[in-house]
Amino acid sequence: MDVSFAFFYLFAAVLLGSGFMVVAARNPVHAVLFLILAFVNAAALFLLLSAEFLAMILVVVYVGAVAVLFLFVVMMLDVDFAELKQGFLQYLPIGALIGVLFLIELIAVASFIVSGGKIAGAPLAINAVAQGERNITNVKAIGDVLYTTYVYYFEAAGLILLVAMLGAIVLTLHRREGVRRQSAAEQNARTKLTAVELRKVPFRQGV
Amino acid sequence: MVNDLLSAYLPLAIFIGVAVVIGLALLISPFLIAYQQPDPEKLSAYECGFNAFDDARMTFDVRYYLVALLFIIFDLEVAFLFPWAVTFGALGWFGFWSMMIFLGVLTIGFIYEWKKGALEWD
Repeated sequence: MDVSFAFFYLFAAVLLGSGFMVVAARNPVHAVLFLILAFVNAAALFLLLSAEFLAMILVVVYVGAVAVLFLFVVMMLDVDFAELKQGFLQYLPIGALIGVLFLIELIAVASFIVSGGKIAGAPLAINAVAQGERNITNVKAIGDVLYTTYVYYFEAAGLILLVAMLGAIVLTLHRREGVRRQSAAEQNARTKLTAVELRKVPFRQGV
Repeated sequence: MVNDLLSAYLPLAIFIGVAVVIGLALLISPFLIAYQQPDPEKLSAYECGFNAFDDARMTFDVRYYLVALLFIIFDLEVAFLFPWAVTFGALGWFGFWSMMIFLGVLTIGFIYEWKKGALEWD
């Protein structure tokens, strides 16, 4: 048995365990920390698939940014989580239904690929890697097609990021009135003429 | 090739192993060695001079969320730059300008957020 199989089972077991703990943990902050552990293990699984770039992006974006966002949300909402968990079993049937649907889809896709089928819309890079062109790295395989062949999707991704940025600002930004702010431009624009006034003060009379 | 790639990560696996061992050792050894006298006061919140008013878990300003969200967006922008930088020599002018348009679109958002004052903290 290959060593990579042992690592696969290790990471997969930790991933499943931490995924379960995300749901089962009583303290929501602990749940988010288990989620981070799950992300890291998923990154390790990507690495075993030799998808290095995805693994690094998972660590940088999900562990570095999304998990922090989740922590903010958990702390900001101030929900009584014990109360929230009361109706937990109530959602079990629909959760189980969605889980089973995902499982069926996964089995369908996996059996399709194992039986030698090729996904019609799959990116060139995936098919190239699947065909055994292992002499190019993962990042290079993505970069070769993303900015030229799939340029429309790439620009659409940029527009989606723009919409997300504008949406976040529009939804959450409230300028508080009556706050004294520093205006550096205004300060720098002041000259000696506007800022300083020279008065001739008569002797023994004051201003 | 696959095994070459994975064997390059062997130091990382060793590092994780050492980190796990040290972390577990530091967690478990106090249970075995340290002097233990549990007391509920040791776990309660401490405020100097008076009893604690409230739970430490309190709502805070939504603007922290805004900062984190804007960080994620620029983080993703940088993520798109990595494969571009690696294949830069082979991409040609088309690839160069597609990235410039992408950056230009996000620069519009950046100017908007600057002008709106989303980067400032009252």
